[in-house]
Amino acid sequence: MEVYLDNSATTRVSEKVKNIIIKTMTEDFGNPSSLHMKGVEAERYVKEAREIIAGNLKVKDKEIIFTSCGTESNNLALIGMAMANKRQGNHIITTSIEHASVSNTMKYLKEQGFDITYLKVDKEGHIDLNELREAINDSTIIVSVMYVNNEIGAVEPVREIGKIIKEKNPKTIFHADAIQAFGKYKIYPKKLNIDALSVSGHKIHGPKGIGFLYVSEGIKIKPVIIGGGQQNGMRSGTDNVPGIAGLGAAVKETYENFDEKIKRMYRLKDYFTDNIMSLENVQVNSKKGELSAPHIVSVSFIGVRSEVMLHALEERGIYVSSGSACSSNRHGGSATLESIGLSREALDSTLRFSFSDNTTKEELDYTIDAIKELLPRLRVYVRKK
Amino acid sequence: MEFKSFLIKYAEIGVKGKNKFIFEDALVKQINTALKKTDGTFKVYKETGRIYADALSEYDYDEVIEALQRVFGIAGICPLVQIEDKGFEDLKQNVILYMEEVYGHKNLTFKVNARRARKNYEKTSVEINMDMGEALLNAFSEYSVDVHNPQVMLNIEIRKHINIYSMTIPGPGGMPVGTAGKAMLLLSGGIDSPVAGYMAAKRGVQLEATYFHAPPYTSERAKQKVIDLAKQVALYSGPVRVNVVNFTDVQLYIYEKCPHDELTIIMKRVMFKIAEHFARESGCLGLITGESIGQVSSQTLQSLGVINEVCTMPVFRPVIAFDKQDIVDMAIKIGTYDISIQPFEDCCTTFVAKHPVTKPSLERIRKSEENLSENIDRLVREAIESTQVIIAG
Repeated sequence: MEVYLDNSATTRVSEKVKNIIIKTMTEDFGNPSSLHMKGVEAERYVKEAREIIAGNLKVKDKEIIFTSCGTESNNLALIGMAMANKRQGNHIITTSIEHASVSNTMKYLKEQGFDITYLKVDKEGHIDLNELREAINDSTIIVSVMYVNNEIGAVEPVREIGKIIKEKNPKTIFHADAIQAFGKYKIYPKKLNIDALSVSGHKIHGPKGIGFLYVSEGIKIKPVIIGGGQQNGMRSGTDNVPGIAGLGAAVKETYENFDEKIKRMYRLKDYFTDNIMSLENVQVNSKKGELSAPHIVSVSFIGVRSEVMLHALEERGIYVSSGSACSSNRHGGSATLESIGLSREALDSTLRFSFSDNTTKEELDYTIDAIKELLPRLRVYVRKK
Repeated sequence: MEFKSFLIKYAEIGVKGKNKFIFEDALVKQINTALKKTDGTFKVYKETGRIYADALSEYDYDEVIEALQRVFGIAGICPLVQIEDKGFEDLKQNVILYMEEVYGHKNLTFKVNARRARKNYEKTSVEINMDMGEALLNAFSEYSVDVHNPQVMLNIEIRKHINIYSMTIPGPGGMPVGTAGKAMLLLSGGIDSPVAGYMAAKRGVQLEATYFHAPPYTSERAKQKVIDLAKQVALYSGPVRVNVVNFTDVQLYIYEKCPHDELTIIMKRVMFKIAEHFARESGCLGLITGESIGQVSSQTLQSLGVINEVCTMPVFRPVIAFDKQDIVDMAIKIGTYDISIQPFEDCCTTFVAKHPVTKPSLERIRKSEENLSENIDRLVREAIESTQVIIAG
């Protein structure tokens, strides 16, 4: 049995997505910038994808910029908005648990002369709203907070964050990295006061190499990739038509039977969590229920190094991620897991199980059984003092 | 003006007496193999005690030099300019052009060294030396002659064509691979064992390798890393057959039954036994390891002795007296270092005790091994049977 529980890393492309990609590669393969019929046909796919995405976010078509991935969306948002707004101020606020595409971009912006404030998180991975309120000042141009954390599934209080930002400094831009959140929550940026939102295609059964950035009309932003002026000059380069069409199809499918799918995922997550929690000396780092995302369960199997457990599960056809890439002779790894205060022991033994709407109870039972069988065996062979 | 041919100088092969042709033929074969991987077509041949590689097509100079510098047995590579014989005046013009291009106008001392294989040439060697020297002094005011210690030794060979050369690019030295028989390298993912393999290959030894894989304690990537290391060594040694032994059950059994401070020693004794088994099967004449005295607990003289005791085949340890830094420098030079430092664990590090024995006694180790008597033979047999063979290079 093959059980893929690494859906936060990437997902399988769906049939419909695959078909539209093949079609736009082999039949309707034109360049949307071309004047002839082949170009117009291709442009139709881009337009339709844009409409699907904008429609589901309840935003305008022209507020969607297609990018090559989530990382590019985050780069464009942060660098593009920081550069365009630097006359308003040079202060940026973010959190200590961001994905590298945000945290390393912040390091870059610091080198460019911006002041970066990092908000701490509690042991559940949530920021302190009072700390945020105090951090915002007149020169704060951007607050960037991830919607759902990729390692433990913590959901940040984006609604409250949006409110606080607009109360304290209406000019401050709110950017949300929604790469793990999109498709799990119905996100309406305008209602949440989110000015910019990053999304990636391959986390929602779309292809790799495509993502988008929503930027609210009126927000000042400079392009990062310069060229032929495609997408109103905001992101030059020939439109990735197969990617865009595939992303559009993936978004459309994601929003079909949305509530039902998410409810089912939560049920499965809680079922899995309950079973895992009942095991001895196991620590679940993500919360049950709606305090955390429906698709991520982070578990520390104390006494078994994460890599060993990962490969042992792999031998049984179960694919997961290690929470932090630590090994006995090289420490370093997850900023998130350290930020929520995990002990060294827990850090070294953390695995992430991430589900998709295709995950079944049968697959989870198989996984739970495998863990129950492996844990005592692997714990015998811990490194002796 | 371009280099149409390379004169290959070899060092030690020259003194091998009646076996010389075996070494020369092996070298020609290795050069052919190396040059086949480049973009050009070459004719490699022996002629009057020398080896030449003539370019029959366009080629990339840097790529060819790099390829030749990996062929053990080559002491030096001399790029030749080959011209048709159109009389001495024409030769003079060509030599001046050659010097102009290779050295230009700068202060240097030189000596002309002519050799005449074709005795009907219009001048004798001595005449060529003198007249060419004069021509060069006239053409380049910066040059002067030094017959004892010249900076540039300008060689002119009168054969069917005329060869002009003055540069010798150093080769790796050593002996052609395959002239010294075959040996089994115990290859881990570390820094030392690929260097040890390289050094043995440099003395003409053909390599085969054994790697101990312990899933899930070592990952697929750790295995891939070892294969990548074997491929890198294979650039010099030729293709390496790697035996990937599934060692997990043996390792767990030892872990279960033996004192933890002796784990590494006992584990390595079993590894040596298995490697020796494969070595015998494929006609190897010894084992090669990357051990170096005192580097870790299992490499003290006491430990080396106790481990060695399981083998009847000789165990060769090319880096035995090297400092770690020297091994690292060599690994960087041969291109294995960057692969070795990738952070995937091999099976040694997973099961290391905090305080392993440094002075094991054979008697005690043997006593501990008695605890294994029930199943170890079966587990070793199973490990051998489940071994996967991968050809690297």
